[in-house]
Amino acid sequence: MTPTISAGDTAWVLISTALVMLMVPGLALFYGGLVRQKNALNTFMMSLSALALVTVQWVLGGYSIAFGPGSSLVGGLSWWGLANVGAAPNAAYAATVPHLAFAAFQAMFAAITVALISGAVVERLRFSAYLLFALAWTTLVYDPLARWVWGDGGWLRSLGALDFAGGTVVHVSAGTAALVAALMLGRRHAIARGGLVPHNVPFTLLGAGLLWFGWFGFNAGSALSASALAVTALVNTHAAAAAALACWLFLDLMRSRRTTAVGAATGAIVGLVAITPAAGFVTPRAALVIGALAAATVYVAMQLRARTKIDDALDVFACHGVAGILGALLTGVFATKAVNPAGADGLLAGNAAQLGVQALAVAATMALSGAFTAGIIVTLRALMPIRASLGDELTGLDATEHGEEAYHTGDIGEIAGGGPLGGVILIHADEESEAETVAA
Amino acid sequence: MKLITAVIRPDRLREVKEALFRVGVTGMTLSRVSGHGGEREIVEHYRGSALVLEFREKVRIEAAVSEPFVEPTIRAIVSAARTGEVGDGKIFVQDLDRVIRIRTGECDGAALTPVTADMVQARARQAQVEEVAS
Repeated sequence: MTPTISAGDTAWVLISTALVMLMVPGLALFYGGLVRQKNALNTFMMSLSALALVTVQWVLGGYSIAFGPGSSLVGGLSWWGLANVGAAPNAAYAATVPHLAFAAFQAMFAAITVALISGAVVERLRFSAYLLFALAWTTLVYDPLARWVWGDGGWLRSLGALDFAGGTVVHVSAGTAALVAALMLGRRHAIARGGLVPHNVPFTLLGAGLLWFGWFGFNAGSALSASALAVTALVNTHAAAAAALACWLFLDLMRSRRTTAVGAATGAIVGLVAITPAAGFVTPRAALVIGALAAATVYVAMQLRARTKIDDALDVFACHGVAGILGALLTGVFATKAVNPAGADGLLAGNAAQLGVQALAVAATMALSGAFTAGIIVTLRALMPIRASLGDELTGLDATEHGEEAYHTGDIGEIAGGGPLGGVILIHADEESEAETVAA
Repeated sequence: MKLITAVIRPDRLREVKEALFRVGVTGMTLSRVSGHGGEREIVEHYRGSALVLEFREKVRIEAAVSEPFVEPTIRAIVSAARTGEVGDGKIFVQDLDRVIRIRTGECDGAALTPVTADMVQARARQAQVEEVAS
């Protein structure tokens, strides 16, 4: 039988690809709002440049390493440059959409995973070191891991590990890398004195909204068909995010008698992370439980993290690592073939072994990501200074790394103005027209 | 001549400005400042960390006035800025040695008199009208 392309399925995968792409600027806003004003552009740039670098790497070789023909650990390079990846569907991945659409959809996952890590190292990592880290990490960690879990013949896939949309591949791996990177890079200068407050909470809320919106593509798109399974994944995604946000508000209220906006945004993201591996395998009732449990667990994790000396600046490990691990394990608890016959039964459906497989997948992911992240950072540190100097950190990386500022507020320093660079006098258009008026 | 410096709540600036204009004080300099008085501290929570904000936003008004205007100015500020809650602010009054109007070089009383300022404004407005007419 020759595989037939479904117009509906293809349309949904294309739209989902665009939705997941939108998560990158969404993440940039989410993270950008949480840092200080002087590092806003640097933080935005970390997400946006990850999208570009990882996409180029994906086309050149990343897709082939992850999904191309090869061993159970790593794919070969026979699909480099997306050679042999064309209009014909690949039945091992998505039987009803062009293979190229699947490759594009997966590219967005690779990109956002690297961008997620950036939240741990903001405000002190030199940008050139970040770019090299992004390329090395996506090649050495993300691509093999995608192979293990999703690739045709990947060992965790063969073992029956359930990961609907990337709970381990994306979130546990990024969360683990974030923790290792934050530990190795060290704390920001100001952390001991406090005062590291978000500079634009509305950005963070808008970013969380865009992430939630994009997550429908992330999870429901992972059905790779415009089907009842996609509907299940979408409903579960929404239910878990809502339950987690609501739970977070309640916990905030209990602790400080105030519901915080940053907390609401965080709660939504945590619920979305936790439901990611389970989205296509559980009932909406289970999705509510998963969302609420994730919020409670991460809430406690963040309180504990704040008491340590670890400067995971934007709590990437708590948000993505802890919630990702919990989601992967709870998938092994709540999964049922009644929802998805192609999935597996979990603990509550009488198959305790599934929980063991899920735990193994988590452990393998953390081992791979942790070890290679450390290796990459050690190597980079031998090649170049990876941390911004104290002076640059105090000035802010927008000015020192990018030569730009996020906001010109018109304060007194700007009225006083700077001298022309290199003695060149810049005449602005409006000044010229004013001069003409006077002459007339 | 006195320099009157008032630190007030930003929310009361509009009322204070109008009260000062009503008593004929039209010359003033404003700045946004932060300060610590007797107010309760504000605590902000961001995820796992709490932050105590010790300093509050205030507006500082500086007005140099001649002797007959000192008491009316103080009364105007007090009546317009007072809410009765902790944090209404303070007024500081200091002697001034000299005042010079940069435009004309006038000194002291002549440089301060709001009447003169009003006349200057009126003359400027008249000149503008004539210019438009011609």
